[in-house]
Amino acid sequence: MSIEELEKAFATDRKALMPFLMSGHPTPESFARNLREAAEYADVIEVGVPFSDPLADGPVIQAAAAQALSHRTTLRSTLEVLTARDDGPPVVLMLSVNQVLAYGVAKFAASAKQAKVSGAIVPDLPFEESAQVREAFAHEQIALIPMLAPTTSDERKRAILGKARGFAYLISVAGVTGTRDSYPPETLAYIRSARELSPVPVCVGFGISKPQHIEQLRQSADGFIVGSALIRGIDEARSVADILKPLRRACDTALTGNRS
Amino acid sequence: MTTATPAKGRFGIYGGQYVPETLVANLHALERAYESAQHDDAFQFEVERTLRDFVGRATPLYLAEQLSADYGGRVFLKREDLTHTGAHKINNAVGQALLAKRLGKSRIVAETGAGQHGVATAAACARLGLECIVYMGALDCERQRPNVERMKLLGATVVPCEAGRRNLKVAINEAIRDWISNPDSTHYLIGSVVGPHPYPTIVRDFQSVIGREARQQFIEREGKLPDAVIACVGGGSNAMGIFAGFVRDEVELHGVEAGGRGDDHAAPLNSGTPGVLHGAMQYLLQDDDGQILNTHSIAAGLDYPGVGPEHSFLKDAGRATYHVVDDEEALAAFKELSRREGVIPAVESSHALAYAKRLLQQRPGLSVIVNLSGRGDKDLPSLIERGLL
Repeated sequence: MSIEELEKAFATDRKALMPFLMSGHPTPESFARNLREAAEYADVIEVGVPFSDPLADGPVIQAAAAQALSHRTTLRSTLEVLTARDDGPPVVLMLSVNQVLAYGVAKFAASAKQAKVSGAIVPDLPFEESAQVREAFAHEQIALIPMLAPTTSDERKRAILGKARGFAYLISVAGVTGTRDSYPPETLAYIRSARELSPVPVCVGFGISKPQHIEQLRQSADGFIVGSALIRGIDEARSVADILKPLRRACDTALTGNRS
Repeated sequence: MTTATPAKGRFGIYGGQYVPETLVANLHALERAYESAQHDDAFQFEVERTLRDFVGRATPLYLAEQLSADYGGRVFLKREDLTHTGAHKINNAVGQALLAKRLGKSRIVAETGAGQHGVATAAACARLGLECIVYMGALDCERQRPNVERMKLLGATVVPCEAGRRNLKVAINEAIRDWISNPDSTHYLIGSVVGPHPYPTIVRDFQSVIGREARQQFIEREGKLPDAVIACVGGGSNAMGIFAGFVRDEVELHGVEAGGRGDDHAAPLNSGTPGVLHGAMQYLLQDDDGQILNTHSIAAGLDYPGVGPEHSFLKDAGRATYHVVDDEEALAAFKELSRREGVIPAVESSHALAYAKRLLQQRPGLSVIVNLSGRGDKDLPSLIERGLL
């Protein structure tokens, strides 16, 4: 997998669906099974590597991380699972900068490449601190997925998107991960302005849990990341297919407002 | 040797701004506000007036004569325990609360370990009419109960945090998550020289009044500089505050970390490796996978797996040395000061006292200043309950 394949995943006439699974949650065995099941519905799969102190995560994903850590899930064990994976949609990792540093930046990029990982989201590594990591990733053809927030100024948006590869991750509203009822009108304007500036597809995350959310935002975005809603469903012993099907349908029917 | 903040908020390789994107705009606004406040005479005057009339500065530099005789040297105590609310934390809390006003914020979130920073923040907010929410580990709520009651009386909302070991680390996690969720209305009033730039610099600067006073007081009294300055280090704000007064002098700087009980400790400068926690590169207690390790200290205020980036820098540069004092040794010093000088110290500060004793046993005759960062009333219920007194 490479950045090209990641970018290709968006070159369809449907909206991209990007489910988030936590490595090792609820157990390493179920995670591997869920990964296979999610592949049928996903354009890209985001795999979280559990961290002891995630700052941007709400209670659902925090609990999933704690559970995964209790099964001794590590970055290394996660990469092993991904290496053994059959072909499927591109995978991006989500992990904390300290996990990358502890593993070794260059070594991480090489190992991720070997594990057929296309990119990584590092939420506590903002643009100004990211030069070394981005360079090491570029060397291995791995995308460092940039994040934008509603608080990001236009000037910063331009700087961040100027170096973007793969896709851009738009944090829908200021806050931690977790589901929300609906989005305020300014969310739409923010997504539109980011998409206008972006050379890569823009995907919206944080709070996407229902088909209605996708319908509300589909004119403006290229893809949707579903995290807490999927994790909570798994916690409630629902199947991944059952949770993702209606979201997949919402993405497939979201045919208007594609990028030209 | 300079500890002036270099470009981009780094102390050598330490520090930085490793925060989620949502917070970057807030940090940039804080940087700008702090810079302009530093050049604003009216703001500086307001801080000084508050420190004098509300906090009760200057605090005395007290020669502990009996302890000096016991330990075999000259032991001076910088009496931060005599400030309003009973610990050095108030110096930073009033400064940052004024800064928050300047930023137009109406809501303050803070973390607290021992509860001293929470109480200080609650007091500063009450005075300025700011809403105050304090996150505190559930374990710390139990072992520092008097401070929980004080915060509530001062009008603050105290939120117990149940995750992990229910201590300072999880309180900081929750405070940051609150800030991410309310970036426009809220200022995060961090209590130590930790966190992303510009916090380690701002907190050090507000605490540096300790070192400035102590230096002047010592010279006025003794006609020379002390041989050594000693302070306990959790995040490291009282230590940075007193070190700041002496870092350019030929004065030894000793930081004292919590040795806890055996393998279960909170001493990242002695046993940790560099990594990123709570927004900054620093020495950390972590495993090979980059997971943050659990800590233990009898002192809630020292029970933290990281340490300020400037301390990390001072250690590598060899300008300060960092030692370990365990629970038992700290408790012994706690009792000793109470009995011999009539001063009940915080268990946090007792770690620094215990090291002073050790240092003077090794090198008798030295003149040392111990930063008595807080008073120990808050610790009594928990220590009595556990039969430790």
